[in-house]
Amino acid sequence: MANVEKLARQVTPSATPAKSRDWVKIGLITVAVGYLGLVLFIPALNVFIQAFKKGLAPLLHNMSQPVFLHAVQLTLICALIAVPLNTVFGLCAAWAITRHRFPGRAFVVSVLDVPFAISPVVAGLMLVLLYGRNGWFGEFLQNQDIKIIFALPGMILATAFVTLPFVAREVIPVLEEVGTDQEEAARTLGAKDWQVFWRVTLPNIRWALLYGVILTNARAMGEFGAVSVVSGNIIGKTQTLPLYVEEAYKQYETEAAFSAALLLALLAVVTLVLKEILERKTRIEEVKEDT
Amino acid sequence: MTAISPRSATTRHNPLDWLKQIHLTWWITISYLSIMLFLPGAALLAKASTAGWDGFWKVATSPIAISAYQVTFVTALGAALLNGFFGTLIAWVLIRYDFPLKRIIDAAVDLPFALPTSVAGLTLATVYSENGWIGSLFAPFGIKLAFTRTGVAIAMVFISLPFVVRTVQPVLGEMERDVEEAAWSLGASKFQTFWRVVLPPLMPPVLTGVALGFARAVGEFGSTVIIASNTPFVDLIAPVLVFQRLEQYDYAGATVIGLMLLILSLVILVCINLLQAWGRRYG
Repeated sequence: MANVEKLARQVTPSATPAKSRDWVKIGLITVAVGYLGLVLFIPALNVFIQAFKKGLAPLLHNMSQPVFLHAVQLTLICALIAVPLNTVFGLCAAWAITRHRFPGRAFVVSVLDVPFAISPVVAGLMLVLLYGRNGWFGEFLQNQDIKIIFALPGMILATAFVTLPFVAREVIPVLEEVGTDQEEAARTLGAKDWQVFWRVTLPNIRWALLYGVILTNARAMGEFGAVSVVSGNIIGKTQTLPLYVEEAYKQYETEAAFSAALLLALLAVVTLVLKEILERKTRIEEVKEDT
Repeated sequence: MTAISPRSATTRHNPLDWLKQIHLTWWITISYLSIMLFLPGAALLAKASTAGWDGFWKVATSPIAISAYQVTFVTALGAALLNGFFGTLIAWVLIRYDFPLKRIIDAAVDLPFALPTSVAGLTLATVYSENGWIGSLFAPFGIKLAFTRTGVAIAMVFISLPFVVRTVQPVLGEMERDVEEAAWSLGASKFQTFWRVVLPPLMPPVLTGVALGFARAVGEFGSTVIIASNTPFVDLIAPVLVFQRLEQYDYAGATVIGLMLLILSLVILVCINLLQAWGRRYG
């Protein structure tokens, strides 16, 4: 009996570390959530509250202004051209990098990330130096009466520049992991290149591809810096939604700015939800493959 | 350029046969990169070289430019390091603990990737301004957050937040708990276990995340231009200086400072690649 008591006395102190671990846990969670709250959640919440502050009517009024609608239209056009362009490029680059070995391959792999590293302003500057009035192609373009800078083509180029790597970056690791066995099997069975891609490769990479497209789209619709430099931000002409936000804010039309911000924030929320769904899907597939 | 498809390159021997072996996708990749990336890059270099070495150096090291690099570099580094600490903590909490709303919080960490930067700038400027939700708490003490260098730092913290969390999370998730328990049972204190066992393998991903966040913060324009007052020598950052030079049609000036920024970005990119290689060797 005495022994048991002794043992119990020895055991009880271990309850204290467990409790202290609980406190550490609560403390760490509080600090983490608090930090996220200050930097992320409160500012994000603020967009929605400011947008709906005066009710729905002024919000809808702002959203039905011609300038606003034109900005929405322009944002959609830029994304509609830049996203498919970079999707095709991303697929080609991923395929070439993972399935073929050629001189300059390592260089291309390392260069692929450059658009992410470059400041968007510098990206825009490069395009101005190339296509602007005093740029390399300036004279030629002027003679042909083609306007790229301060016009839609320049904005599309800028959008495509900053979103260039997304699809390739998402697809490359999956292509590498899947390997070439299935494709080679299909080829020995007589499938053509195109058939192999369509029937074998694409089903394998579809989620990664979709993920890359979603990221490309989010960035394309939200790009500010590069588009701002090449567009000249001419109201009602070359103003996309992100540019509208800044311009309205600078003109002290905070309400209008938050109306546009609301739309872009909703786009961000949709992007995050789709991203989460895709991540869950790939996780489930991985589990299936493992078992 | 005549025969691109590898299929047609089989029978006859031709000195240019190796060209035909190159796959169509490779041609598309190279052409697209050339038009989108190499050509604009070459235009930047060519423009910078027209200034001549002396002219280049004079603009690149003018007092306003030096101050802009300094503000950009120091503020971005501070923001990246702050996120290095808190990002690791957030990753730890998300991997090791269970608590309500965890999945939503985890997903929301990516918000800065998805939210357009001008929206981020707008809402941060509002929240941290003198009559904003958070700014008004500091205003009575005479502390101004928005439209100062602190504001720039806040915007940089926002946009570089997800990097460290997302680089640390997978490594932490794969770490074997047995090793920690072994350290404990061998008599290591909690602090020792963390410092000697948990932290070393986490260092490569933490530093990679810090470098990625730093690269992003250095180049950031949208959110910082809105939350800063953009006053030279105070809170004017290099990307904004490039933009202002362009607005004044000073293309040479914009090019020189832009090139300096570009070089800095490429150096960081090389560092990131080295860090990632180091991380792979660890794993």
